[in-house]
Order: sequence, then structure tokens, then C-alpha cells
Amino acid sequence: MKITLQHIDKSFGKVHANDDINLIIPSGTIQGILGENGAGKSTLMKILTGYYQADSGDILLDDVKVKIASPEDAVMRGIGMLHQDPLDFPPMKVIDNFLLGTKGGLFPKRKDVEKEIVRLSTEFDFQINPDTFVETMTVGERQQLEILRLLWLGVKVLILDEPTTGISANQKEKLFATLVKLAGQGLTVIFVSHKLEEVELLCNRVAVFRQGRLVGEMEPPYSTDQFVYMMFGKSVETGEKTSFCKDDSYIKLNGIGIEDYRLHLKNINLEIKCGEVIGLAGMEGSGQRLFLRMLAGLMRPVSGKILFDEVDFTGKNYLAFQKAGVAYLPASRLEEGLIPGMTLTEHFILSEEHHELFVDQKTAVDLTEERIRAFYIKGTPVSQIEQLSGGNQQRALLALLRNRLRLILMEHPTRGLDIESAIWIWSKMKERCKDCASIVFTSSDLDEILQYSDRILVFFGGLVSPPLDAKSTSVDELGQLIGGKGW
Amino acid sequence: MTSQTPLVKTPASVRKIGFLDFGIRLSAVILAFVFTSLILLLVKADPLEAYKSIIVGAFGSTIKFTSVVASWVPLVIATSGLLFTFTAGLWNIGMEGQIVFGSIFAVGAFRLLDETGMDPTLVIILVFIAGALGGILWALLPGLMKIYGGVNEIFGGLGLNFVAKTVAIWLIFGPWKRPGVASGSGTEWIDVKFRLANLPGTNLSLTILIIALIIAVLTAIMLKGTHFGLKLKAIGKNDKAAYLLGIPTTRYFLLAFGMCGLFAGIAGAILVTSKQYSLIPDAGFGYGFLGLLVAMLVNYHPIWSSVVAIFFAALSIGNTQLQYMGLNTYFAGVLQGILVLFVVLVDGLRKRLVRRR
Repeated sequence: MKITLQHIDKSFGKVHANDDINLIIPSGTIQGILGENGAGKSTLMKILTGYYQADSGDILLDDVKVKIASPEDAVMRGIGMLHQDPLDFPPMKVIDNFLLGTKGGLFPKRKDVEKEIVRLSTEFDFQINPDTFVETMTVGERQQLEILRLLWLGVKVLILDEPTTGISANQKEKLFATLVKLAGQGLTVIFVSHKLEEVELLCNRVAVFRQGRLVGEMEPPYSTDQFVYMMFGKSVETGEKTSFCKDDSYIKLNGIGIEDYRLHLKNINLEIKCGEVIGLAGMEGSGQRLFLRMLAGLMRPVSGKILFDEVDFTGKNYLAFQKAGVAYLPASRLEEGLIPGMTLTEHFILSEEHHELFVDQKTAVDLTEERIRAFYIKGTPVSQIEQLSGGNQQRALLALLRNRLRLILMEHPTRGLDIESAIWIWSKMKERCKDCASIVFTSSDLDEILQYSDRILVFFGGLVSPPLDAKSTSVDELGQLIGGKGW
Repeated sequence: MTSQTPLVKTPASVRKIGFLDFGIRLSAVILAFVFTSLILLLVKADPLEAYKSIIVGAFGSTIKFTSVVASWVPLVIATSGLLFTFTAGLWNIGMEGQIVFGSIFAVGAFRLLDETGMDPTLVIILVFIAGALGGILWALLPGLMKIYGGVNEIFGGLGLNFVAKTVAIWLIFGPWKRPGVASGSGTEWIDVKFRLANLPGTNLSLTILIIALIIAVLTAIMLKGTHFGLKLKAIGKNDKAAYLLGIPTTRYFLLAFGMCGLFAGIAGAILVTSKQYSLIPDAGFGYGFLGLLVAMLVNYHPIWSSVVAIFFAALSIGNTQLQYMGLNTYFAGVLQGILVLFVVLVDGLRKRLVRRR
């Protein structure tokens, strides 16, 4: 099926997620969509699959203008999407996952469907048994299952969002072979990725996104340098680089290993120096969050030791880490960092340690007003936290940090903020560094990482680079590493 | 703040929401009465007559009114306990069983201390302590099951309610049966000297009234004025963020259950020493469940819950008058249930409406 996107526009509040996107995808091609996190790739795919409605612009399928009202509507029109996290029902059998998608009929035709699964499975050389429980399958197998299910539902356009995260090399090969085969049969495949190598290997044509815009299209032969340039643009001019890094180190990581269900980080060795800022670069979901949560005591490493001032903290909980001077600022402010339904004052009371029984309202309000002024928070002591704007919530989160911290862990500290606020926040954080606090932070903004870090760790598919000196690293080098080149 | 203009108009909007909230709740109550009236019409009873006889039955004489207060006491204590768990975001459905266990421990303490010749006042104090321990024990169980076993406290509490009742029945028909004849009417009555005396010409013991008032006031102060209450509230609204702010959430979950169990146990001891004087199969009298309704009806507000508890107690007592109209005395339960359903339903609709906009 041929897809034509005309002048697609979509904003979320102030964020212009898709800015006048024009793209034609002929049928039978594998179209690559390349870009950083937050470049607008996912938004566009969600518009195409009916999760979002575009603010303006048209979608044409085989040159007919359509309105895609919902994900079900999209599937009915032949557009199916394979999500980063498979949307299946783990405690059920493969066959039941198929039957759930069927329409009509009181009694599902179990036997017929079973035969279909086996037929499709052999056609693409997958080993999928209809009677297996989904929870026992690997991420790669679940992905195969989802592809089969979409094909069985009759899709003519298959969208894959970062499909190679968490699957084995063998499964990746098989997936690519399948996609080539499907394209050969006339299916349109849209392959969303940040991995240069995969896009270059697989796609017939590539569209590159940056900050909500489609910045360029390319056909083979590809030039990696040009991709990197298009993805990250020119480096933005930012102020003078300051460093308060001292020689003594407070935190030592010896042979740390971290695991979750899809990633295994192995043997990380690092000494974090007083006043040092370490930036964690890499695409989202490459293990930076696990690393930060491990440093916060929120996640136990499966191997290795965490030492604070030579004291072993391995296996202690977050509250013990907090006592030792660790603070953690999560990216999802309203889910993990702040408490919707409570006021700014209540937050400030909770953030401090108190040993008296009764709440001293007067002192608390005074403290809150002082912090509101110091951090330019647009709000009052009785403002409920969820009434503040995102930027002000971020300022509030920073204002909640206790005094005398040794290690501050931040996820995307300036995401969604304007440049001015971001610079202001970093000036506040650098003050902490002057007082010998170390900072470890994640960001998808490479300029931010290069500008504020002393050293950088790059994460890619479960691998962690040795620390790079920020002064002698360029955006291009980082971009290549993040895209999986040069490892 | 004088130099800065507040950009978020919080105080005004909060006040407005509060007023709107009250109006919505009131309209839900009115709706509930309309609906109940329809049910009454359906069974061919005059609704106005029925409501009138409930009022007369509850407030028609000193005896009746003091009965209402005596019934308010365990209800307000149970509700107060539940406010702690609700504030921490926990659904302590096991409250009823916790009251039953308070009663079991209280009666057990009487059986141990009956023959010792100890001063009756001292015995009663020890009995209350025993009741409190029983309640706390039975409340910590669902808490521990939730924290360490991943069992939702609703299911834990539900199961433990059955277990508590079964233990009571086993005691009544087994180890604690009356000499000669085991009977569903309960264990042997405690000696008169251990019973809390009623005020002359009334159905109310001054002691239990004072205990209830202390507990109600204490609850309001603890939840609204202390760091403990604020931390519980934080956990109830977002336990992840509360943990990151440095609150040891598991400890506070258990403290909330413990406070709830403490009050449940005291309610159980009160029922033994001032109402039933023995252990009966239905030792909790449904106060645990009724407490849940009251707490939900007032959106977990301490002071309002004391007021609404009076209303619920009046319904339960005034209700008995209905049998003279040929109506079943379960009618109060119908009205109480419908009230809560309507308030919760209307609140849900309001939220849906606000989200739409």
C-alpha cells in the first residue's frame, strides 16, 4: 500500500512534535525513519496508526484521503504496528492471543486459527507453537508472534518501532530476512530506529527527523557522516565550560553488573570524583536508567561492589543511600518525583527530616516562600504541585534537594524546558559541584552532555563505554557511538 | 511573596472546588433519598412515614437517643481507625475481623483474670489492652501479607474476616462454651462488676463516650497536624515519590495498619464490656463494614466522619421502629448502602465530566 503524508502537524502544548511533515512511501519498500529520541518519529507513527489525531494535514492510502480514528481502525485499513514493548497478554497462550483479535462468533474457531499459525510460522521460519504460554517466550519470539498476528489480521503496512532492542543477533537476522521477504510480497514496511547500521543495512530509503521536522531523505548509497549531521544538526553555541572536578573520589564501582528482563550490563568499573559531572549518553532504554537506579540504591546490582568512602553499600536500600548523601531525580516528575494532590509547602515539609511531632506550618510556609523565590518557581506555597507547569515542577524538584549532598542522580534534568531555564538549572547544579557534590545525569541532548559533563559514558544495547573525556569528544563521535558504530 | 504576583490562582480555585464538592455530595444524598423512597413506594409503604418513624425511633426518648450515642461510639472508633489506612491509600476491608479479634482477646482476658480477685477497674484496663493487642495482631497480618507476600490487602482482609469469625464460633462452641450447653447465643456473660455502668436512666456508659471522643479528636489531630499524618497522606497519594522523598513506606504502611488495629481492638473491648458482655458469633456487629461506608461517604475527612457516624448510628437505632409499619429492620442497611453508592457514583461522574472538559 502506498502511503502519502501531507503537511502533518501535531503539537503537545508548547512542544511541536511534528512540524509540517511531507513524506511519500511507495508500496513494497522498506522505509527507514531515523532520528534521536524526541525527534518526532513515534508521534508520526502514532498518528498513522490512529493513537493520535494530527492537528492538521492529510493521510492518503493508495491516493485516497482517509481519517484514521483509532488503532483498530488502522488495522482494519491494513496498517499494523509492532510496538517497542509487545502488547500481548503474557499469561495466555499464543493461540488465545490470536483469538482475542478475532471479530464475531460466540465460539472461536480454534482449530482453523491453530492451522493458520503453524502455516505462517513455517513460511517465515519462526518456531512458534500455538500452545506455548507467551510469558515463557523471549522478547524476540514475542515480536515474531506479534508480526504473525498482524499478518494474519491482513495488514498491508507494517510499522516497527525500534524492533531490535532486546533481541538476539540470530533473531535480528531472521527479522530482517522476514521484512525483506514481506517487502518482496508488496507489503510496505516502516522501520523506525536510531541505529544507523541497521537502517543502512535494511532500508531502501531513509527519512531523517530532528526536533519535529523531516530534515532530509536519502537513498542508497548512504553516507554515515551525513546521517549523523542530519540527526544531530550543528552544535549549539553554549556558554563557557566550567569544571569543579577534584582529584579525590568518593564513590567507587567495582565490577558492577546490572540486569533487568531485557538488558544485561556487565562489569562496570568507575570512580566518581568529588565535584565531577558524568553524562550518560545513549538512546533511551540502553541501560542508563538502570545504571542511575543502581547508583541510587533503588536497584540491586547482580554482581560487583558499590563503595562510598570505602564503605560497602552494595545491597543497601535507597533510604541508606539517601542518608549517605545520595539524591535521585526521576524523569517522570509527577509519577515518581512529586506527589499530585499535595501543595508545595507539604512537599517541602516532607523533603526535610523532622523529629518533632507536630508540623510547624509557619516555618514551613516561610521556607517554601524562600525556595519559591530562590528557584523562581511560578506558584504559591498552597499551589498543588500538579497545577504548576512542567518547567516549574522541575524547579520544584530541584528545590526539594537537601543540603550537603554527595551524589545527585538526574534523569533528563532539562527535558521539555526552554534553553534559558536549562542554563539556569545547570548553573544551580554547578553550585552543588563547587560544594563537592558529584552529578551523574542522563540526557538525549548530546550538546547538553558535552557542555556540562567532565566525563561521558555511552550506553549501547547493554554495553557501556569506558569513560570519555568530554573535552576531547565531538558530537559526531558521540553520535556514532550512540548509533552503534565504532564499538 | 509580597513582591511576586502569584501566577497560579490556587486559593480561589481550591475554595471553589470545595464548595462544588459539597454541593455535589449533597445532591448525591438527595438522590439517594429519592431512590430509597421509590423502593419504599414499591413495597407500598409511605416514605415520609418511614423516615418519620426512623427519626422518632432514634431521637424520641432519652433511652433512644442515648442508644444512638452508644452505637455511635464503636462506629466512630472504627471509622477513625479506617481513616489511617485510607489516608495511606490502603483498603482495610479486614476491619470487621479486627474488631472481632479485639472482642476475642477481651473476653479471653476476662476469663484469665476473672478469678484472680484483682480490682475490677484494673481488670477492665487490662481487658482493653488485651483487646487492643488482638486488633493490632489481626490488622498487621494483612499488612505483612501485602508487603512481603504481595497479597492485596483487600483480599487478605476479606479472608481474615472469615477466619476471625470462624475462630469466634469455634471458641463459643468449643473451649469457651457455657457449662453444660454450647449455644450460638454466645459465651457466658462476664460478671456484673466488670461491666461498664450506664448513666442512670440511659443506655450509655460515660466511659466509652469519653474514649470515643478522645479517639476522634486524636485522629483528627494526628492526620491533620502531625508529620506522621502528612507522611501517611504522601504515601497514600504517591508511594513511589514518597519513598524517593525519604519516607520508609513499608514501615508507614504497617503503622497505618497498626493504628487501625489498635482502634478496632478498643472497639471490640467496648462491645464486650458495655454491650454484649460476652463473645457472640457476630462479635463485630458490622461496625467494621459500616465504618468503611462512613469513611467513603465523607471522602476520608476526620471531622465530617464523626458527624456522619451520628447519622448512621441514628439510622441503625431508629430503624427498629419500622417494624411497627410492617417493614423489615434491614431497611437502614438499604438506605446506608444506597447513600454510599450514590455519593461514590456521583463523584465518579463529576471526575469524568471534569476530565472531559
